[in-house]
Amino acid sequence: MSRIEKAFANGKAFIAFLTAGDPDLDSTKRYVREMEKAGADLIEIGIPFSDPIAEGPVIQEADLRALTGGVTTDQIFDMAAQLRQETDMPIVFMTYLNPVFHYGYDAFFARCKEAGIDGIIIPDLPYEEKNEVDSVSSGYGVTLISMIAPTSQARIEQIAKEAKGFIYVVSSMGVTGTRTEIKTDLDGMLAQIKAVTDVPAAVGFGIHTPRQAADIAKKADGVIVGSAVVKLIAQYGKHAEQQIYTYVRMMKEAVSKA
Amino acid sequence: MSNGRFGIHGGQYIPETLMNEVIHLEEQYEHYKNDPEFNRELDDLLKNYAGRPSLLYYAEKMTKDLGGAKIYLKREDLNHTGSHKINNVLGQVLLAKKMGKTRVIAETGAGQHGVACATAAALLGLECEIFMGKEDTDRQALNVYRMRLLGAKVHPVTTGTQTLKDAVNEAMREWTNRVSDTLYVLGSVMGPHPFPTIVRDFQSVISREAREQILEKEGKLPAAVLACVGGGSNAMGMFYNFIPDKEVKLIGCEAAGKGVDTQLHAATIAKGSLGVFHGMKSYFCQDKYGQIAPVYSISAGLDYPGIGPEHAYLHDTGRAEYVPITDEEAVQAFEYLARTEGIICAIESAHAVAYARKLAPTMPKDECMIICLSGRGDKDVAAIARYRGENITD
Repeated sequence: MSRIEKAFANGKAFIAFLTAGDPDLDSTKRYVREMEKAGADLIEIGIPFSDPIAEGPVIQEADLRALTGGVTTDQIFDMAAQLRQETDMPIVFMTYLNPVFHYGYDAFFARCKEAGIDGIIIPDLPYEEKNEVDSVSSGYGVTLISMIAPTSQARIEQIAKEAKGFIYVVSSMGVTGTRTEIKTDLDGMLAQIKAVTDVPAAVGFGIHTPRQAADIAKKADGVIVGSAVVKLIAQYGKHAEQQIYTYVRMMKEAVSKA
Repeated sequence: MSNGRFGIHGGQYIPETLMNEVIHLEEQYEHYKNDPEFNRELDDLLKNYAGRPSLLYYAEKMTKDLGGAKIYLKREDLNHTGSHKINNVLGQVLLAKKMGKTRVIAETGAGQHGVACATAAALLGLECEIFMGKEDTDRQALNVYRMRLLGAKVHPVTTGTQTLKDAVNEAMREWTNRVSDTLYVLGSVMGPHPFPTIVRDFQSVISREAREQILEKEGKLPAAVLACVGGGSNAMGMFYNFIPDKEVKLIGCEAAGKGVDTQLHAATIAKGSLGVFHGMKSYFCQDKYGQIAPVYSISAGLDYPGIGPEHAYLHDTGRAEYVPITDEEAVQAFEYLARTEGIICAIESAHAVAYARKLAPTMPKDECMIICLSGRGDKDVAAIARYRGENITD
């Protein structure tokens, strides 16, 4: 069983995101371990990008803090490799295509393999363009995660059929960031997915309260939270362990009870 | 559906949320571009509202002064709203209306595309919201007020470098937020397919007219056509119908700012490298980790870190040539054209004029060239005065 499969093997998964290098790489490493202790099943580490067009203000600012601090893709690989020495936690990268493309697909995924990175999420790489990445990443055992959006409609079947690892279901229109209400017909989307694949479906974008997480976990295989974690890091900087632990613990419990 | 490749460039590198919408846009565009009624309405707007065809003007004094090839100016500055941008927006906003959209959004750099878009939206009765970098709203305050007069809402963008690329980011984010009633009217030959093709087609009226006009006046094709390039819409429009005419040199003039050997430029072909950004594969100014670089130009309209994918392809194949022009050269050309021909052109267009001043004297007198004068320069007068050390306000 792959590490990503393990994340979904024991009930509903709680997936947390943070931006590498926000506020520095040592903190990122400590926070990943803290989230693991608190019960997170999979961690998404964001490689910051100068122009993250799918992100709302919270993650945009995290990217900016990290890049202003001078973090580079190479340093992130080093940090990830150290983490892999310490934990068997499933870890995926989330980033935009250009940092991957410009690094060179072969070089990038070779380093992912070395660092024990299990998968990658690239919001600006839709189904039509995925082959140029997937044909390389799969050779290095790195799973390219597919995204499905509220506007996907008939594309859901096409995307889900070829999906691997897990499916990232975008809960709402717009960019990442907390929302008070999620109005999308998630039941319909998830039913369409389940009709064609057994690959687990995790829902993200806008989720921040335990109640939202519990509601979504009733329908989906996992819940993804990004901006709410990043907000804690923005607020507490290098001293966010306790807040992150408490928050992730609370969210994981909400998801587990569903 | 093809996904819009020009060689290796182009494509559709955008969030899944937008995919069905761009596929739908392509289908609708493919339908309407061959629809006689759509074309009749568009032709009518271009002729009776925008003032087309634009003049092909023989710049006799400039020609004599430079002492080489005959210089013609394609006067896009004389269009309604003062630039070539109206050609594209009339097409796209009319298309939006036919598609049943009630709202258009757009990015703008210098404000020319924003003003044009607001104009077309006012005329055709659509809501309009414009995203413009905060730095650009400051340096182009007149255009901001113009857009407001036209009924558009202007959002100053305070993220990133607060210029054109950030305005595109914010417009894309807004489009993912609300696609059902909204068309993103992209202002240049960039972004995900089908935008580079749609914008090029609507702008190709420039070279369709210019080719006929020059044949009528000179009885032969020009030896060269020149245009400034940021994203590259006036250049693509100016080049397109000359592409099959191999004897016509196509020359794009990009913004070298303080010089290509400094960090302060926007010279994508001279200094950029292959990348994927804003929905397309093309050349971009970026660092060794693929972070998009801050760019600089005195011209807000050329202050963009990328170039449209068809230009990238024309560069790869050698069909077009791209040259860097510094701020100083552009400002001198701006002043030169004003004194010599009595035409105050946009600082963007002045980049093409600047290269013509170098090129024309090296060419024989029996050859001719066309410069695309993409816009008028009223918006730039205050900035040029400041550049020359005189502090006047708009």
